[in-house]
Parts: sequence; structure tokens; C-alpha cells
Amino acid sequence: MKNKLNRLFANGYLGLVLVLLYLPIFLIIVFSFSGTSTFSFKDGFTLQSYIDMFDGEKTADLMQAIKNTFIIAISASVISTILGAFSTIGIYALKRRIKKITLTVNQLPMINSEIVMAVSLMVFFAAFSFVFPQGFTRLIISHVAFCTPYVVLSILPRLQKMDPNMYEAALDLGANPFGAMLKVVFPFITPGIVSGFAMAFTLSLDDFIITQFNKGDTGIETLSTYIYEDARVKSLEPFWFAVFSIFFVVVLTLLLIVNISKNSKKEA
Amino acid sequence: MTKKFKFKFNRRAFAYPYMIFMLLFIVTPLVIVLINAFLADDGSFTLKNFGEFFSNSGGGMTVLGNSLVIGLVTTLICLVIGYPVAYFLAKYHASNKILVLLFILPMWVNFLIRTLSTKAIFMALDVNLGMGTVLFGMVYNYLPYMILPLHTTLVSIDHSYIEAAEDLGADKFTVMTKTIFPLSLSGVASGITMTFIPAISTFAISEILSSSKIYLFGDAINMHFSKTTNSFGVGSVMSLVMLVLVVITNGIANLTSKDEEVKSVL
Repeated sequence: MKNKLNRLFANGYLGLVLVLLYLPIFLIIVFSFSGTSTFSFKDGFTLQSYIDMFDGEKTADLMQAIKNTFIIAISASVISTILGAFSTIGIYALKRRIKKITLTVNQLPMINSEIVMAVSLMVFFAAFSFVFPQGFTRLIISHVAFCTPYVVLSILPRLQKMDPNMYEAALDLGANPFGAMLKVVFPFITPGIVSGFAMAFTLSLDDFIITQFNKGDTGIETLSTYIYEDARVKSLEPFWFAVFSIFFVVVLTLLLIVNISKNSKKEA
Repeated sequence: MTKKFKFKFNRRAFAYPYMIFMLLFIVTPLVIVLINAFLADDGSFTLKNFGEFFSNSGGGMTVLGNSLVIGLVTTLICLVIGYPVAYFLAKYHASNKILVLLFILPMWVNFLIRTLSTKAIFMALDVNLGMGTVLFGMVYNYLPYMILPLHTTLVSIDHSYIEAAEDLGADKFTVMTKTIFPLSLSGVASGITMTFIPAISTFAISEILSSSKIYLFGDAINMHFSKTTNSFGVGSVMSLVMLVLVVITNGIANLTSKDEEVKSVL
């Protein structure tokens, strides 16, 4: 009886926190169908916010921002996955001391405050502006810089689990080192590479601070910086409710699907 | 036979491009911030930037103090709300991965979108934007970052420790304070780091949820590097202060989880 009561209390508490976490998201989705930004249904149920999103005065800017976001996220995640995958194999083979130093520097962008990293890249690019033109070059480099550490750290554990004799065995059986790498090591670390890529892509997509400091005055906006420029001063226009709702639904379902499929695979 | 060893393929070489990349884009930028902190507007060496910040002539120290307090309060609230969440999840729903995931998911929704949504709701409810709303926004944003590491450690606690404590006559409260909590300290430490550092250096959350009334350390750094103010020197000093705070916080966190750290590096 007492146990049941405890359990009831625990579930009540968990439920309460969940409601608090999701209430703002839920309210935005509900009132995206009101066509207002005042959280009232004075005009009744309408799809006006969604129509404004695709056919309003800000549609062109919004679509451009979404396009830029994906250009940067795809390039940055592909580059950092390739860079991360090869370097992790190299790092794993490094001598102890230098390996430790490399991994510590690799951790810097993860533990550092985002704003410090953003500022440091900004002054760096300013100092070497003749090498790094403003715009996508700087943005993609800085995104690769903060994404690759996560790729490395998602591949490294796989590599540590691998029996080093497997590589040696491939060599003994006549594979050349490069072939052994391609046919033996890479397949083994593929799960790490995939989750590293997913992580890099999401991080880049989600980034605001690094982009805000390094976009310069080329007029390149990503979704985050465009939201910031457009909505921080005035209150949200109704079409933003539609954008946010779509964003919530897409991100939450994608993550749920990815994780559910991962879990069911583990159980099988 | 000698020919075979002429080209010695070395896996280590794969690490070199990334090592150069990190040297260029992670280490060098920080060094440039350090140099900037000692430069006057005309490019000559000066200690004035440090003087200006630490003498509080521009109010920088006051902002730092406020941010530390708000950061601490945010972290504490997150810990108080988050610990029971992580504990109950580990105790009653350890096998329910989806439920655990639901608590972590909001982390992946862009924080500007979440913050602007809460602001819109506050405004619709006629709540005065100020300290209360900023704290709410911070806790709302960083709670998942506290729950995740706490849950990871709590789930991995070997249940036989708890049984042993009970067999030795400990009541529920003692088991909690003397067994479970100490065993979860490394999670507490990394939860604190994951909340405290972003909370003191955030910009945008405080700006949005207080209509620019409350000004935190991140906002101050942002302002010093904006085109209109353009006081890179003082901004660099503030970035260095932030970096020192990062190192201290992580140093403390690493002390509590020494063993795990060693394992993860090796």
C-alpha cells in the first residue's frame, strides 16, 4: 500500500514536470490555428498563420534563412564526420601523452562557453580576414570546429571496444594496411560514425550563438539568427506560431522515431 | 623484403590534419583573444582593459556578480526540480526509455524558439517581464541538461549497494543521504557544469525575457563585440574571465568523477 502511494506520488511529480516542459510548446501549436498572436480564438479556427508563412511579405526571407541553415548544416556535418572519422582512428593510435593532449583540446569546444568560442573565432577571422572571406566559409569552418569534437567522442568508444588483433589479423591474411582499414576498421565503427553525423547535423542546425557572431555583414541569416532579428524586439507575428509548430512537430517526431528504432533494435 | 618496409603506413598520420585544424581554429582563436586583452585601440600594449573591467568603471564586475547569482539560483532550482525527476525515473521507469527521452527532448528544440514562445505566453497573460520571467526561462531551458547526467549516474548505481545498506539497518532516509546521493555525486557535478556555465554566459534569454531590462555577462560580452561599441579589449578580458570560470567549474566537476574521467580518456 505504502509502495503504491509512493509510486503514485512519483508519477504525479513526473507528470507535473512533463506538463510544465511541454505546456509552452502545446499552447503555441494550439494557437497557431487562431491566426492571432494574442492566444485567443477571437477569429475562430483558421489556417491563416500557415498561409502567411508560405505567402506573406516575409516568406522570401524565411525560406532563404531555412535554405542557408541547411546548406551550413549539411556541409558542416559531412565535413566534420569525415574529418572526425579519420582523425579518431589516428588519435586512437597516438602515443599516450600526445593522445591525452589531443583529446583535451578536442574537449575544449564542448566544455567552453559558447559565447567565448564564438567571440574567439570572430576575432580570429577578423585578424586573418584576407584568408577567410566573410560568409559561408567562416560559418562552415566554425560549425565544423564545434561539431567535430562530438563526432570524435562518438566514434572513440567503438574503437576502444574493437579487438586490436582484428586489424593485425587482416594484415596477416594479406590485406594491405589501407585495405584493412577500409574493410575491417570502418565497418566496425560505422554505428559511431552514423550517430556522430546525426549529432553534428542537429548541433549545427540548432546553433545560434556561433552563427550570430560569425555571419558578419554579408546578410546571411540562418533560421535562428533570422528569428532573433525579427522577433526579439517586436512580439511574435502570427506566422511565427506556424513556423514554430512545424519545427516542434518535425524535431520531436524525428527524434522519437530515431530513438524508438534504436531501442527496438537493441532489444531484438 | 626491404622494399616492403619502405613505405611504412602509420595510422597516426590520420590524426594530423585534425590536430592542425584544432591548432588553427580552436587554440589560435583563444590565443588571439588573450592578445586582444592586452591591446589598446591603437594596437599598443596596455593593461588598461583589465583595469577598466576589474575597477568596475564600466559596471562589468556588477554584471558578473549578478550573473553568478542568477546562474547559481538557476542551477540550484534545476537541481532541486531535476534530482527527483532523475531519481523517480531510475527507480520506477528504468526500462521505459521513451519516458526518459521525453524529459530530454526539449533540449533539441532551438532555445530561441522555446524562449520566444514562453515570452509570448507571459505577455498574453500580462505577466511583468523581469527577474521572475528570466529565472523561469533559464530553468525551463536548462532543466533537461541537469536531468540527463543525473539520470545516467542514478540508473547505473548497482542496486546491491542499496540492498546492503537496507540489510545493515539503514532506513529510507539514510539510504538516500548516505548511499544513493553520494554515489550520484559525479552526475550532480556534471549536471551543475552543464547548467551553470551556459546560465552565466547566456545572451538572448535574459534579453528576451526581461525586455532588455536584465543584463547578464553574456549580454555584456556580446555588447562589447558589437559594431557600435567596438571595445574588443574589454570584451576580450571578459571572455578570459569566462574561460577561467569554465576551467574552474570543470576542474571541480572532474575531481568528483576522477575515476570515470581516467577511463574515458584512456
